[in-house]
Amino acid sequence: MVRAPRDATAARKLIVLRVDVFKQLGEFSVDVAFTSEGRVTGLFGSSGAGKTSLVSMIAGLVQPDRGIIAVDSDVLYDGSARIHVPPHRRRIGYVFQDARLFPHLSVAQNLDYGRRMNRLTRDPAEETRITEMLDIGHLLDRRPGGLSGGERQRVALGRALLSQPRLLLLDEPMGALDEERKAEILPYLKRLRDAGDVPMVFVSHDADEMRQLATQVVMLKRGRVAAFGGTEILPRIIPAA
Amino acid sequence: MSDISPEEWTAILLSVRVAVIATLISTPIGIGVAWLLARRDFWGKPIIDAIIYLPLVLPPVVTGYLLLLLLGKRGLLGAWLAEHLGIVFAFRWTGAALACGVMSFPLLVRPIRLSIEAVDRRLEQASSTLGASPWKVFATVTLPLALPGVLAGMVLGFAKAIGEFGATITFVSNIPGETQTISSAIYSLIQTPDGDAAASRLVMISIGIAVLALIASEWFARRATQRLHGN
Repeated sequence: MVRAPRDATAARKLIVLRVDVFKQLGEFSVDVAFTSEGRVTGLFGSSGAGKTSLVSMIAGLVQPDRGIIAVDSDVLYDGSARIHVPPHRRRIGYVFQDARLFPHLSVAQNLDYGRRMNRLTRDPAEETRITEMLDIGHLLDRRPGGLSGGERQRVALGRALLSQPRLLLLDEPMGALDEERKAEILPYLKRLRDAGDVPMVFVSHDADEMRQLATQVVMLKRGRVAAFGGTEILPRIIPAA
Repeated sequence: MSDISPEEWTAILLSVRVAVIATLISTPIGIGVAWLLARRDFWGKPIIDAIIYLPLVLPPVVTGYLLLLLLGKRGLLGAWLAEHLGIVFAFRWTGAALACGVMSFPLLVRPIRLSIEAVDRRLEQASSTLGASPWKVFATVTLPLALPGVLAGMVLGFAKAIGEFGATITFVSNIPGETQTISSAIYSLIQTPDGDAAASRLVMISIGIAVLALIASEWFARRATQRLHGN
């Protein structure tokens, strides 16, 4: 297991995410171990490297064949002890590539969903802070069906944040967007990182995005950890215009 | 329509009552069964699936006779229920409701099952990562999105229940005021020399109810597609 140097610029909330899992998926297998303490842990790799499988396991949507997943001292999965905390008790937020907003609820109801499910008391100040940070205040009465891709993704981000997770998983949150829309989301993610409220796991196959956001990088290749460290391990590619 | 006789009214109202009760009791059971069939894999699932659809393919008389064997006064379950719980189905309107419920069940379950299958499981996953327990996922995501299908199933089930004849008459006979529904009243009337006029009045009424049910079901189906595309 590799351990990265402590993130020197770390802000308020930090957690230790410990992942050591094996999962067979047909011909392919994920066999990954790392311990990360960064504000934004990047999972970097090309498509098919096992990134989404890995975050699904951290979220509890997919159960590993064996291993351990822990946040701080809280064990979420332990194969040998037969522990598998279900997703709804993990307090791990998940922003999916395809937003997955609830089509039958308004934007405001989508944002409020996690609070209702977790029976948290209403915090209008926090709601305002997040809707302002993400610039979604003007969308509250709309239905998700009428939103643009970028708007949807910002609402999905707000919805996950307002459920007050201890860890936020961002699975290629810009993956389904074109270049222009990506440039629209990135500043919000940076703002979120710098606000330092919640540690994040950021999944991407884009080295440039990764460099801009991650504080630590786990490089995945064919289901294995190829490298682990700071953003300097990312390949230096000049993006084609 | 003003010359509908009291006996005919009794049959119409009994049919409506039987069909409403049958639908209201079948619906929650149907939702549960539809969810199990749509979302869970378990041992014996094909058997459950077959049993539910059996009333659709069996001759109704056979279903009615099986009900009689099982729940009649000397039936395997019927005798026990009557003795210990005082519940009697045989030759009662409750038996008619039961027969209608069983006969309409496959028609009720199918649209519900299809609409639950159409609910995007990725939305259910999103719901669970936001802290919703499996039950809350069902109540706040699956069921609301499948609701138009549930209503369509209820309408179809109701229409089947109100027209049911074979199983009902076999199980609970054709007793005016107790088990004589529109269908069995029509059957009796057309066997009576002067019953034609009364029979055709009841025929018109059952056509009317069926057409209304189909229109309602069509409308709910359209709502379903709109809702799933959301805007």
